[in-house]
Amino acid sequence: MIRKSWWKILTVLLLAYTFIAGFLIKVPRVGNLYGSIRNFFFHVPMWFGMMVLFLVSVIYAIKYLRNPTIDSDIYSREYAKAGILFGVLGLVTGSLWANYTWGEAWSNDPKQLLAAIALLIYAAYFILRNSVPDIDKRAKLGAVYNVFAFAMLFPTLWIIPRMVESLHPGGQGVEGNPGMGGGKDLDATMRMVFWPAVIGWTLLGVWISTLRIRFEQLKEKQPVNG
Amino acid sequence: MKSLKTITTLLRKDLLLEIRQQYSFYGVLLYVISTIFVLYLAMGRPANDVWNGLFWMIQLFVCVNAVAKSFLQESKGRLLYFYSIAGPVDFILSKLLFNALLMLVMSMMSLLLFVVLMGNPLKQPLQFIGLATLGGVSLSVVFTFLAAIASKAQQQAALMAILGFPIIIPQLLLLMKIATIAFSSVIQAGLGQMVLLLIGLDAMVIVLAIILFPFLWKD
Repeated sequence: MIRKSWWKILTVLLLAYTFIAGFLIKVPRVGNLYGSIRNFFFHVPMWFGMMVLFLVSVIYAIKYLRNPTIDSDIYSREYAKAGILFGVLGLVTGSLWANYTWGEAWSNDPKQLLAAIALLIYAAYFILRNSVPDIDKRAKLGAVYNVFAFAMLFPTLWIIPRMVESLHPGGQGVEGNPGMGGGKDLDATMRMVFWPAVIGWTLLGVWISTLRIRFEQLKEKQPVNG
Repeated sequence: MKSLKTITTLLRKDLLLEIRQQYSFYGVLLYVISTIFVLYLAMGRPANDVWNGLFWMIQLFVCVNAVAKSFLQESKGRLLYFYSIAGPVDFILSKLLFNALLMLVMSMMSLLLFVVLMGNPLKQPLQFIGLATLGGVSLSVVFTFLAAIASKAQQQAALMAILGFPIIIPQLLLLMKIATIAFSSVIQAGLGQMVLLLIGLDAMVIVLAIILFPFLWKD
């Protein structure tokens, strides 16, 4: 029992730590961020989680193309779904944050725009799947498009945002990594909460996906309309 | 060597069909002319940035129409015949080349019409022509691959537009940003980097198309 579910316990512990420590530790005062910097423990891990979930999704898509099994298709689909959920949460937490530091929830910042575009590209994945009635064909087309969508994440999330001016840290002419608070390195106290938060949120995404996968597998085993 | 011959044969077949039927070429051409004419009636002579934005939006819609026509026109039986005589990579390459050619002609046509009808705000026309060429090819490459995916599903033409519009936004943004240089006489910094990025994106899509098309092919 404990051998199989240790990572679920770890998820709960890490997220509890994130919420307690994230709201209580003494945070550094950076620029005009003040206390809103605590959102860093929630906004940034969403994007980490999304990337990991999309990565798992594309791995199963490639697996499906090499060896078509219904399980690979279910895995690929459900991880993509959880990835979209995390992406949407990333946009929402970002908008909340932006509302208090930049003055408005949506200011057409290049990173906001491109993240929204990346999510639209993944939304089209599900439109494509739903438009194909045949199950095998749907899985194959979905897998092909999934690989393509994952490749499109690189220009939209990794390359173009670093080339243009942005309100986010890490744009053109600003030092540092976009994900790491802009400076050369993250503050030590921030780091103590940030990395556990990343792992915790990512594990939560995996947990959600595995639950959905088991549900879909059960549905698959049921007789038609059973 | 053999695949080169197959590609040229398939390409020649597409060109010959185009010349003999003249259906899709003139169809798209009429589409280009009437859209730009309507734009002229509605806008007159717009400001530079509006001109630029309109030009690329027209390119996008022309591309959707041109590529959809040239890919989805193949009937099931004819596709089966192609499968038996050529490899998947040759087939997709010939389609990519043909659509790039078609889009090249259409880009030049619409640029000409834009300049004639809506005024010529271009300070550096040669650079803009080069960019329109590159842009036309970029758009056609992405939409050719999407047409290949969409041709396997239902409601093909509509699906192609739905899939294509989110995917094309990064390229369109880059194109519009680069295109602003043609409207002023000063050269911007970081231009070469953006052009390289655009070419890199095209290369990525072509490589993905070559890798992934064989999976779509077997049916």
